[in-house]
Amino acid sequence: MTATVSASAALALGDDALVLSHRLGEWAGHAPVLEEEVALANIALDLLGQARVLLSMAGDEDELAYLREERAFRNLQLVEQPGGDFAHTIARQLYFSTYQHLLYADLAAGDGPFAPLAAKAVKEVAYHRDHAEQWTLRLGDGTDVSHERMRLACAELWRFTGEMFQPVEGLDADWAGMEQAWLESIGAVLGRATLSVPEGPRTGAWSAGAGRQGLHTESFGRMLAEMQHLHRSHPGASW
Amino acid sequence: MVTTTALEAELLELAGAVPDPELPVLTLRELGVVRGVRLRGADAVEVDLTPTYTGCPAVEAMSLDIERVLREHGMREVTVRRVLAPAWSTDDITDEGRRKLREFGIAPPRTTRDTGPVALRLGPTHVGTGMAEQTADPDPVRCPHCGSAETELLSRFSSTACKALRRCLLCSEPFDHFKEL
Repeated sequence: MTATVSASAALALGDDALVLSHRLGEWAGHAPVLEEEVALANIALDLLGQARVLLSMAGDEDELAYLREERAFRNLQLVEQPGGDFAHTIARQLYFSTYQHLLYADLAAGDGPFAPLAAKAVKEVAYHRDHAEQWTLRLGDGTDVSHERMRLACAELWRFTGEMFQPVEGLDADWAGMEQAWLESIGAVLGRATLSVPEGPRTGAWSAGAGRQGLHTESFGRMLAEMQHLHRSHPGASW
Repeated sequence: MVTTTALEAELLELAGAVPDPELPVLTLRELGVVRGVRLRGADAVEVDLTPTYTGCPAVEAMSLDIERVLREHGMREVTVRRVLAPAWSTDDITDEGRRKLREFGIAPPRTTRDTGPVALRLGPTHVGTGMAEQTADPDPVRCPHCGSAETELLSRFSSTACKALRRCLLCSEPFDHFKEL
């Protein structure tokens, strides 16, 4: 494996972390209970820390976060999906943290440029995955209402999960092996939560690897407008 | 073998004595985050600092404190480098650090056997299982106030990412637990 950093790989991983961090931060002031408010903010902070390291490997972190247009972002479409109700946020967390944990574990085992960050972040993400799993169990195997909402959230986000295993340029990872492990892990958690694995395609011609190619869904532009507005209106603002 | 000069050892001591900005009962040495000090000339020095969590916001305050202390000690140029590898672990907290955490009301991290969180099988409707969890775990988190092993998890994330919120089932006090990492 080469020691030179692939900027496109750093952007892909960094944008995943940055965008999901921002989406989770949207819960501040809105979470169902105070403990959850703190938990989601802490997960967002972990992801922001990872994003800062990764984007700094690709260029200037502030310029990359605040001054790029929508089509220049390389994040998965999954992480840009709106928080929805709490079940949607948990389903998004379950799908993504399971994927990110597998990917970081794979990168940490190698000797490439992402190994030091991956070795550190994989331990943080283990807590994110645990958090999402426990909430999936609680909501899925909860009341009729929580079960139905969790079922719906898992089904609606299912079509964004195939993209995660499209190979990323500059990343030497076992994509097929990771996809198999992801399907097994998600299937086991959903089963314990009395939920079924959603049916339907996990990708389509319209969306295969689309986020990684800079094609994003409708709400992402609005999210970026909010995320970038302050910096663009007041360049270099600080407090 | 890395050789350390007497001055480097002295500067390492000073940098390590800086209190943690969020847990001021601990020094950076006790937290295990100062990795080394290297002289780069007569009055220029480089310090290796590792973050506890990748996104830990306290790293900037730590860097500024280290720079100030070493400048006061005659260093003209102080560079604090952020290093990620090898990844910091709660096992790097010294015994003295663990004792101070407990006295401060924070349950110290247990020594990790592996990496990552301790796997728990919790019921679907309640995040803590109290006695059941305790009997299943040979090394339970103890209440820092009364020492009881009967404690329950209230939230996996507490005032900072590195802590979980628990409650003692014996004395009923809530407390922070420094999570194993």
